[in-house]
Amino acid sequence: MSTLVTLPVLLPILGAALSVIFVRQATLQRLIGIVVLVAVCVVAAVLLVAADRTGPVVVELGGWPAPVGIVLVADRLSALLLLISTVVTLAVLVYAIDQRISDYGRDTASTTFHPIFLLLSTGVSLAYLTGDLFSLFVAFEIMLAASYVLITRRTNAERIRSGMTYVIISLTSSLLFLTTIALVYASTGTVNLADLAGRVAALPPGLRTLLSMLTIVTFGIKAAMVPLHFWLPDSYPNAPAPVTALFAGLLTKVGIYALLRTQTLIFPGDGPSAVLLVLAVLTMVVGALGALAQNDLNRLLSFLLVSHIGFMLFGLAVDDARGAAGTALYIVHHITVQATLFLVSGLITRRTGTVSIDQMGGLARRSPVLAVLFAVPALTLAGIPPTSGFVAKLALLQAGAAGTVGTVVVAGFVVLASLLTLWAVVRVWIRVFWGADKEPLPDDDPHDELVIGTSKTSAPMYVASAALVAVSIAIAAAAGPLSAVTERAGADLIARVPYLEAVLG
Amino acid sequence: MTATPEQKIPFEQWDAPSGEWTLPGACPVRTNRTLLLEAATRFLFPVVLVFSVYLLIVGHYAPGGGFQGGLTAGLAFVLRYIAGGGSEGVEIGSRLRLRPPVLMGTGLLLAMITAFAPVLVGRPVLSSAKVSFLGVEVVSSLLLDVGVYLLIIGVVLDLLRSLGSGIERDAEAGQGERP
Repeated sequence: MSTLVTLPVLLPILGAALSVIFVRQATLQRLIGIVVLVAVCVVAAVLLVAADRTGPVVVELGGWPAPVGIVLVADRLSALLLLISTVVTLAVLVYAIDQRISDYGRDTASTTFHPIFLLLSTGVSLAYLTGDLFSLFVAFEIMLAASYVLITRRTNAERIRSGMTYVIISLTSSLLFLTTIALVYASTGTVNLADLAGRVAALPPGLRTLLSMLTIVTFGIKAAMVPLHFWLPDSYPNAPAPVTALFAGLLTKVGIYALLRTQTLIFPGDGPSAVLLVLAVLTMVVGALGALAQNDLNRLLSFLLVSHIGFMLFGLAVDDARGAAGTALYIVHHITVQATLFLVSGLITRRTGTVSIDQMGGLARRSPVLAVLFAVPALTLAGIPPTSGFVAKLALLQAGAAGTVGTVVVAGFVVLASLLTLWAVVRVWIRVFWGADKEPLPDDDPHDELVIGTSKTSAPMYVASAALVAVSIAIAAAAGPLSAVTERAGADLIARVPYLEAVLG
Repeated sequence: MTATPEQKIPFEQWDAPSGEWTLPGACPVRTNRTLLLEAATRFLFPVVLVFSVYLLIVGHYAPGGGFQGGLTAGLAFVLRYIAGGGSEGVEIGSRLRLRPPVLMGTGLLLAMITAFAPVLVGRPVLSSAKVSFLGVEVVSSLLLDVGVYLLIIGVVLDLLRSLGSGIERDAEAGQGERP
């Protein structure tokens, strides 16, 4: 069983190696990617069941025991997030493969796309599973290095510029992360998360606060928390649709996961954190207001992404089992729905030849399937019952209502931000899907992947998007068992004991 | 070069080189050749490669390892590129039958196989064992280092191909000036 924990990390590397070797066989390359990700999905599901029934599954790499060696830990939270992330990655891969086939032909193989895509998946898996602060850094670096390649492939000048913003801001946050690790190691003498839980508690309060704030800033940049969010709406929309979907779905949420893990395990507070509550309100409101001002569909979705990061921060700030459970549930819901929206936005762009909302119109009549594919995740994002967004927001609101006066006030802002989200998506709906039918614009630069203004869209791209819509509906349908799991995961996070016992024995 | 009875090398020529002094395959029509560098490369190339293998093997007990060995070996190829390469990538391209991505993939594959192999004998992933090989004690994780070694050489060769000869080719084709 414990060997299984290593598979989500090692299998994608193996897949990357094979797809580099078979660089001339385009079909084989595609097959390798899909088979590997399906295998990781199965492993993640098995891990989730095992972690839920018998407690965290731990593997000591190379047989070196815990505080000295590196451990991989699959507890309820990490196994659940691993499962949903891999499902989304798989759907995005299918979409991307099909987009590449319809744009460049069936025989076009790539030396970079497939291996890098799988390496990104390795980084995400390692970030969820690792029980070691330095491995977490390595995981982020694998993820980021892969994302630098994906965001700047097939470039034009504008994308190089926005890619540079992304690379520089990511390097800055990596540097901060490394500094934090150095400080943590200097003050405690360990980087094992479970070991740190005990040793950081013995540090002077001032030092503890410093380390805690450093991790919040580091992971806050990666999660696009206001006021560290400015890079996201600038860089994400300039990548091709599947890449944006993958980044928006996974990368920011990995940042939130790292925040959740470190704040609950290493820096447990006593009661709601005022700093995080203020940051949560700022993130929710600034993101939502930013979205209302946008005319570019992808930029609008990016601002909504920032806004919803605030929701997850809120659950974290409440700092009790319900809050942590709410955040976990929200991450699951948001990974799915945000990736879906960006994929559908890619389909809309291909249909209309533009990303500008003003230049679209009448799509509901011309393409009813697209209208349904957009409407369901949009309403899910806004949190209309009975969607998964409603279930996740309800969990957060309940956590807020059960807390102090501060959390109740912030819960009000959650409702406000949800209304603003609804306003933003309804605005998109009215302008894009209703109104006069407009002719698709021609593609002014056929060599970039960004805007492809032809109606060349094959069925599997719709199927992949529809599959993700189905996943988010399934999340709503399985809300009972799922929220039971996240509640147990939240209780584990706050109690800390199951994790510590599993790792340190 | 030892003289065998069949070859009958005259005494005065006992230390004459058996091959060309310049790099084989180097573009003969290039005007800006550096003969000194080419001849020095001829000597240095095998020495650097042997040293890189030394670094690779010694890495388990002393400074060195797959990454360092791979970089050193990569530098040997960089030297060849500087001495004999050009816009056509003559030197590297004419001597190398293996495509760099395949080398990278093979290295990664070897490393992953080494990581998984202990599971087959019931040990944890990535654990290693000491193996006596021809009377020399070798650690099984050396194979992982060999994988890293191949991977790094592949990366350096790929860089030479894309950022080296690729850019020179672009510049000569007049595509060097971009807005």
